Amino acid sequence: MSRRAETLLWVAQRASAAVLGVCVLVHLATIIYAVQGGLTGAEILARTRGNGAWSAFYTVFVLAVAVHAPIGLRAVLAEWLGWRGRARDFLLVSFAVLLAGMGMQAVSGVIG
Amino acid sequence: MSATLQVRVWRGGARGAYREYEVPRRESQTVLDVVTHIQRAIDPTLAYRYACRVGMCGSCAMTVNGAPRWTCRTHVDKVARDGRLAIAPLRNLPVIRDLVADMREFFDKWARAQGQFKGARTRADDFERISPDSEARRRADAAIECIGCGVCYAACDVVAANPGYLGPAALNRAWTLVNDARDAAQSGRLRAVAGDDASLACHTHMSCTERCPKALSPTAGIAGLKRAVSRAALQGKL
Repeated sequence: MSRRAETLLWVAQRASAAVLGVCVLVHLATIIYAVQGGLTGAEILARTRGNGAWSAFYTVFVLAVAVHAPIGLRAVLAEWLGWRGRARDFLLVSFAVLLAGMGMQAVSGVIG
Repeated sequence: MSATLQVRVWRGGARGAYREYEVPRRESQTVLDVVTHIQRAIDPTLAYRYACRVGMCGSCAMTVNGAPRWTCRTHVDKVARDGRLAIAPLRNLPVIRDLVADMREFFDKWARAQGQFKGARTRADDFERISPDSEARRRADAAIECIGCGVCYAACDVVAANPGYLGPAALNRAWTLVNDARDAAQSGRLRAVAGDDASLACHTHMSCTERCPKALSPTAGIAGLKRAVSRAALQGKL
């Protein structure tokens, strides 16, 4: 991988971390609010289904996770296991696709 | 102050072992004084390295009670625990023998980080005028006093985990040159300090900054390099 590509991955991880920082706060605040209000699962679904704003929010959240986690694992695999090269990167791209796929499935289940 | 020190000293190569010596305790005694006493009065086969004895040359760094230090300016008072010292060669470097570490890889990495100044002017040209107050000059000043002792390199956990990592001293050197308006090799240097084995690998543990005997902050310089290479990558200039 070129040095520019490695640097862009690093930038992508920092940028996705900034997005995740906001997303996690909103997500936690929403959970705490919903639980305190005594909302049931059905009531929550009634509020989220077809809601474009929540759909956009959780889509961004899921995509940020799919970008952030595999890049972090890339460094962990290199430093802890000494594993570098294409096979590692291919596995991590697959992991990113898996995270995005599972996350988007959850988003569509709650909102779609 | 007890009359003697119990000193464990690493003997042999990477598979060596500690050997214990009893050294007379003296006032204002440095760790280098202790090692020198052992070599001159107890065991002349002990190998260690030093030159200036006053904190300028950077050759006497060793691991003292678990932490890398410049031994010529480390007083026994500050580091001995119950009159005991354990002295070993620097971590993260191959051991040649006893307290002597092989510094080749450490300095080769300075070259890989393009730590050489590359000017573009000749003696026929006028001097480059650089204001001492300019931001770049101040950034270079803050990092320039490195003596190349290797303490930061030995303290760095990223070097321990990734032996290919350039390390704090080489990157600190590159940072001084990135801030040098006279240098004509900037794009190549930024490429050299970008990527998985260079500035971006730093985890900001700050062990280098904690241990640097010259109170420099390689961490700050590496953070500056991260910003510079990120900017260059986004602009397609890397």
